[in-house]
Amino acid sequence: MRLLKLVPDDTNIKFLRWRVPFYVVSIILIAASWGLILTKGLNYGVDFAGGQEIEATFTKQTEAPVAALRDQVGKLGYGDPVIQRFGAPNEVSIRTKLPESAEGNPGAAEAISKQVIGAIRDNNPDVRIESVSTVSGKVSGEFRQTALYALGAAMLAISIYIWVRFEWQFGVGALFALFHDVSLTLGMFALLQLEFSLQIIAAILAIIGYSLNDTIVVYDRIREDLKKYRKMPLPELLDMSVNETLARTVMTSATLLVALIPLLVFGPESLFGLTAAIVLGIFVGTYSSIYMAAPILIWLGVSGSSFVPTESAVDRQERLARERSAKP
Amino acid sequence: MLEFPTWKKVWFWGLTLVIAAAALPSLFNVANFPWPRFLPDPEINLGLDLAGGSHILLEADESQVEQQRLENMEESVRGRLRLAEPRIRIGDISSANGRLSFMLKDPSQVDAARDEILPLTTGAGLTGQRDWDIRVEDGSRFVLTPTREGLDQAVSNAMDSAIEVVRKRIDALGTREPTIIRQGENRIVVQVPGLDDPQALKSLLGQTAKLEFKLVDESATPSDVAQGIAPPGDEIVPWADPSSPGAGGVPVIAVKRLGGIKGDQLTNAKQSFDQQNNSPVVSITFDQTGGAKFAKLTSENVNKRFAIILDGKVLSAPSINEPILGGSAQISGSFSVQSATQLAISLRSGALPVDLTVVEERTVGPDLGADSIRKGLIAMGIGSLLVVLLMMLTYGRFGVYATIALVFNVLMILGIMAVMGTTLTLPGIAGFVLTIGAAVDANVLIYERMREERKKGRRVIAAVENGYKEASRAIYDANITNFIAGVLLFAFGSGPVRGFAVVLIIGLFTSVFTGVMLTRMWVANWLRKARPTELNV
Repeated sequence: MRLLKLVPDDTNIKFLRWRVPFYVVSIILIAASWGLILTKGLNYGVDFAGGQEIEATFTKQTEAPVAALRDQVGKLGYGDPVIQRFGAPNEVSIRTKLPESAEGNPGAAEAISKQVIGAIRDNNPDVRIESVSTVSGKVSGEFRQTALYALGAAMLAISIYIWVRFEWQFGVGALFALFHDVSLTLGMFALLQLEFSLQIIAAILAIIGYSLNDTIVVYDRIREDLKKYRKMPLPELLDMSVNETLARTVMTSATLLVALIPLLVFGPESLFGLTAAIVLGIFVGTYSSIYMAAPILIWLGVSGSSFVPTESAVDRQERLARERSAKP
Repeated sequence: MLEFPTWKKVWFWGLTLVIAAAALPSLFNVANFPWPRFLPDPEINLGLDLAGGSHILLEADESQVEQQRLENMEESVRGRLRLAEPRIRIGDISSANGRLSFMLKDPSQVDAARDEILPLTTGAGLTGQRDWDIRVEDGSRFVLTPTREGLDQAVSNAMDSAIEVVRKRIDALGTREPTIIRQGENRIVVQVPGLDDPQALKSLLGQTAKLEFKLVDESATPSDVAQGIAPPGDEIVPWADPSSPGAGGVPVIAVKRLGGIKGDQLTNAKQSFDQQNNSPVVSITFDQTGGAKFAKLTSENVNKRFAIILDGKVLSAPSINEPILGGSAQISGSFSVQSATQLAISLRSGALPVDLTVVEERTVGPDLGADSIRKGLIAMGIGSLLVVLLMMLTYGRFGVYATIALVFNVLMILGIMAVMGTTLTLPGIAGFVLTIGAAVDANVLIYERMREERKKGRRVIAAVENGYKEASRAIYDANITNFIAGVLLFAFGSGPVRGFAVVLIIGLFTSVFTGVMLTRMWVANWLRKARPTELNV
């Protein structure tokens, strides 16, 4: 039986020929992402914004009456609700702010959720309440903070590990690639105003893990080739390493995608955001391992001698002694 | 590298099968198939987002513990110095700014006073520090400041007893398998699966249930009291329900600060009905000491009114028609049957040592969870099939090895989760799918390397050997970095997100074991038996 080959043998694609334009585009994209995050902001879900979120399914309607709901819930006086679809068109989440006085007061929060559910049920007898979440401002603030810590700590710890295992240039390269991936993912969430929840933080950490996996495979090959071909110009060597690992890169991305896309299509609605973020991250992460993590090594001055152990003073003395004794 | 002595084979297979077998009870359960009773039955817990139920995060007010401690200290100091021989007189006592200070009337008694007060403090923490810091200023002013260690210990003790109270109250509701754990310094997580209406639970937990009986000061003029002016030695307490008949239109009432009793010495409390007007009340029974105090209070104050105060609010203020000697009493107020029942439960379980507020609450209906599991399983099935198909088409025989490894991988993750008693959450399902997609990466790395080595002209055995050897560096590095990310996610994440981290972390270990070690054993076996001259990979 002939086996399937996603990538033909012996590819020799000059990936790094366009490294400067690609880098420029990527840096513009990173800047644009942060611009979007800072101006448009992330659409925080109840985890990070605090308040109350009710998820409801309208069992007898094909589409949730979003405009009517906005009006019915808005009239209750807790500000304009944020109404979003999750999954099928007849499933929505309705988020309202909690007034200061209801913070941490179970009775008041409960009363508000009763009112909101009552208002919805009066107009739509077919509604089924799937879940109710109430998060106080204090807790949501803590969630925002720990999420930031988690992302920062993960990126830093991983880069240090790479630095120890490889060379400092590789650590910087990996950190930059991760920064690129995280920025673009956040930027996409700001652009599309998808709900940003704790689950998305989990997704971003998974992306960090995956993207790094890719970067490590490429770096490992670069290190191996650097030891083998000390005289080869670096851009050529990087191209060679990327080409050698290309079959694996494509295959692994493919297995991840065929595993995740069914989850996107058939999976539970509440996992859509998380899965979509990871799928996006697979593309961004693969790209960054090739175009962000590799070329930066050229500019940071990695060379064929980076992995040649330098001779220590003790070694030198021993070598000289050996040479002397060898001479009669 | 391809040498596999028998002991190693036995060891590998034994480990695989034992861990995989631990997954069976959970799988049987999903398929609604009875698991034989006599076998051990470790099962994976389903998170609330899958099973349905309520998650409630309660926070205690630390400053309240601090205040309470100051008040108790003030009482102890007063009592102790009054009983000292000779009596030590003090004045200008204040417990403002988080410290207790008072003046000695006679400065020469400083040493005697210190000897009296010192036994009121105890050691706290491991450093041998005491829980209060005692200083003497200007020769006669004592200042007692709680130390950090002392406060921490007080909060910790208060939390421990708060958890006990919470547990008793939840048990009284008859809910099944509640999880009640302390989180951090001053928080308690309560998780109750399969609860349709968390309202009852929350109002139960939100009630401190500190019950007090204090005499009403009849000498205070209602109009003064309404303006917040009360005779010395009195305190002004608001009515819980200002429209109740006893309030007489005034929303507050003046009661005597001292001389009341606390309602914490009860043996029973239950909801019942008032015999005269048939309204819901709570009947309480004091224990022996509590009953004696109550009898004393009522016999000394016949024809006076006493206020029944719950959590700083007056429920009612009945007048004492005759001494109540039997040790039981009736609490009336503007109750419904439900609120009376709740109060009875709260009183039975004891007062919370500190107020708890709900800072986070999540309730998931049972339908959503069941739907999520079904959809998650379907998606996982399709995804796994596609991965398997792709692997077999690309790597032939080696793809089959990777597939069998993947099956064992999934079983082992489930088995470890069951034995460790971890919880599968909705994001955990996504973690599973991600792990299935990523687990074969190790195989891809190895097989691609084998292809390359063959192309370079190495012999079959050498190509296989090199494939495993050269690929493992990247595999281990990648898994270690992923492990770092997973651990941080677990450390910083909360609730369902932790479930995602758990699956990822367990999956890293099992993936390396099944994807690298098991397949190597199978490949080595095949190489030895078939002695292939060509590697179709």
